[in-house]
Amino acid sequence: MPTDQIVQYCFSGITVGSIYAIVAIGFNIIYNTTGVINFAQGEFVVLGAMTAITLAARMPLALAVGLAALITALIGALVELLFIRPAKQPTVLRLIIITIGVSILLRETALHVWDEKVHALPFFTGTEVSSVTLLGAHVSPQVLWVLGACALIVAGLSLFFKFTLPGRAMRACAANRTAAQLCGIKVRWMVTASFMLSAGVGALAGCVISPVTQTQYDMGAPLAIKGFTVAILGGLGNSVAAVAAGLLLGLLEAFSISLFPLAYQDVVAIVVLLAVLCFRPSGLFGRRDAHAFGEF
Amino acid sequence: MKCLQWFAIAALASVVGGAWAAEGAEPASGPIKVGCIFSVTGPASNLGAPEKKTAEMLVEKINAAGGVLGRKIQLIVKDSEGTPEKAISFAHQLIDEEGVLAIIGPSTSGESLAIKNICQENKTILLSCAAAEKITDPVAPYVFKVAPKDACAAQWIFQTMKELGIRRIGVLASNDGFGLAGKEQLEKYAPQDHIEIAGSEVYDKATTDLTGALNKIKGQNVQAVVNWSTVPAQALVAKNMKQLGFDVPLFQSHGFANIKYVQAGGAAANGTIFPAGRMLIADLLPEGHPQKRVLMEYKKEYEARYHEDTSTFGGHAYDALTILAEAIRKAGSAAPEKVRDAIENLQGVVGTAGVFNFSKTDHNGIGMAAFEMLTVKDGKFALYKRN
Repeated sequence: MPTDQIVQYCFSGITVGSIYAIVAIGFNIIYNTTGVINFAQGEFVVLGAMTAITLAARMPLALAVGLAALITALIGALVELLFIRPAKQPTVLRLIIITIGVSILLRETALHVWDEKVHALPFFTGTEVSSVTLLGAHVSPQVLWVLGACALIVAGLSLFFKFTLPGRAMRACAANRTAAQLCGIKVRWMVTASFMLSAGVGALAGCVISPVTQTQYDMGAPLAIKGFTVAILGGLGNSVAAVAAGLLLGLLEAFSISLFPLAYQDVVAIVVLLAVLCFRPSGLFGRRDAHAFGEF
Repeated sequence: MKCLQWFAIAALASVVGGAWAAEGAEPASGPIKVGCIFSVTGPASNLGAPEKKTAEMLVEKINAAGGVLGRKIQLIVKDSEGTPEKAISFAHQLIDEEGVLAIIGPSTSGESLAIKNICQENKTILLSCAAAEKITDPVAPYVFKVAPKDACAAQWIFQTMKELGIRRIGVLASNDGFGLAGKEQLEKYAPQDHIEIAGSEVYDKATTDLTGALNKIKGQNVQAVVNWSTVPAQALVAKNMKQLGFDVPLFQSHGFANIKYVQAGGAAANGTIFPAGRMLIADLLPEGHPQKRVLMEYKKEYEARYHEDTSTFGGHAYDALTILAEAIRKAGSAAPEKVRDAIENLQGVVGTAGVFNFSKTDHNGIGMAAFEMLTVKDGKFALYKRN
């Protein structure tokens, strides 16, 4: 295989991988504060992108993206307040099933608010036809935006969780709910905040990927499956590990195309998921003794 | 219990009565019943919805002009939601209970194949609006279709490639009925046109990234790429190729004949070459073209009434009804066997998809002439001009 083709596969893998990683980070934020996997995460990505597309027709792109993230964050808060908080006997399994219900609800709502057609945000830099050459490979400038956004989100979240009071409070909830409550942390509101944060991050992801992947009301579920795979692969709850796992899966998928027909691409992802669940349920980067599934 | 018995008897009576009515169908007066099975809702709604609207519009027009042989046409439309099971049960209902002369539709190939034998066995004329070649090959005496064949689209593409001196190509297709059938046709006709398919890939219809697959095909040193699907990935292929700096002509199937995909592809869609019916370029046809008048008339009436663009699919319903009405007129009767014979002998019926010439062995009536090669210029469809 010529070098430039190998580099091209790498870029393909890194792009797809960082998209998976951002979705996985959304999973992790909520998992950390509640122990729940939020299966509506893919829908947050779609809602963010769709809202931005609608707004972009009326205002500058940057403002539209920012507003879309804010609106989606509010929807995330609503989801938590309306469906998660009132749940009687909130066992983890029950809450997960609620999130699946919410994902269907959001998907159908998106179908009615927008339509079944594909939409896309305009390219942040350049157009559909622009391409930059890097190390002999050609990529869309939007791909650089995706990589940049992924790096920024990871860095921002790390700082937020390490150095800010709300961030540390959220981490405290994750470490020990009762102890956190005894310290005066309002655990319930931290859960709401985690839904907002993860919806906002999902929306941002949806906006940066929209020009390259296009957005349709039902693309949330496949994204959520890949994001979930990556979150498990890296070890649930660990955002830096999610990025590493995302890039790994993306590269694996990209190079699998060079060997097998494209139709088997998803098989690779699912086989990886099954193998990790069977042999290393705490994830590649999780500690073996950590109980990866918390309250499952 | 008693109640249940009465119910059973009543149900039986209605079935028998229905069958009786069907047996005694064919009164020489009263309306001529025509059934329609379209996927008005569901995944194939962009096919079925315009078909239903077109059929209703055209029947109203025919009836306002006095009907056929002095009798009105009564349309009975059923929505199959794109599922073969529903198409089968509606076909039985239309034949047994309504005693229709003919069924127009279904919209998709799978549904059409599912009811092909039912119509043949019950001697009810079927005018399918779907593409698959198998609907009329082998020929069933009572089964016809009005949509052009995918084999012809493939041959048009290869013919254009030969003119451009293209010998080595890559193929992409969506993993659904339309994509796989098209890929099969491309593979079938490539050898006889001396074109080599150097690489071919099948993608999921919900795919969001094709740079990997295109990179693989690019590595095969191909001179052109053909993509065969009806899904949004059609715009994605165009964009991804430009992003990869993969600078060879992109050919698409007749599935690309929807301006929405051009809009989704933006600047990347410019230069795409694809075969399509003349519906999309009715305005661009020269005045003397045999289809010009029919196309413009249909376009004007449809757009005035429904405030949306016409599509080739609505045109299929238009053609099916036109052919049926013409055959009834020629036969001078609405007896199924006479109308069937008349369709087989129809020559030179101008429709939206082309000029139909049926025969005993050709129940499709249109061939290569149904297509025209189009391209995209500045975000609009245009006739492809050979240099």
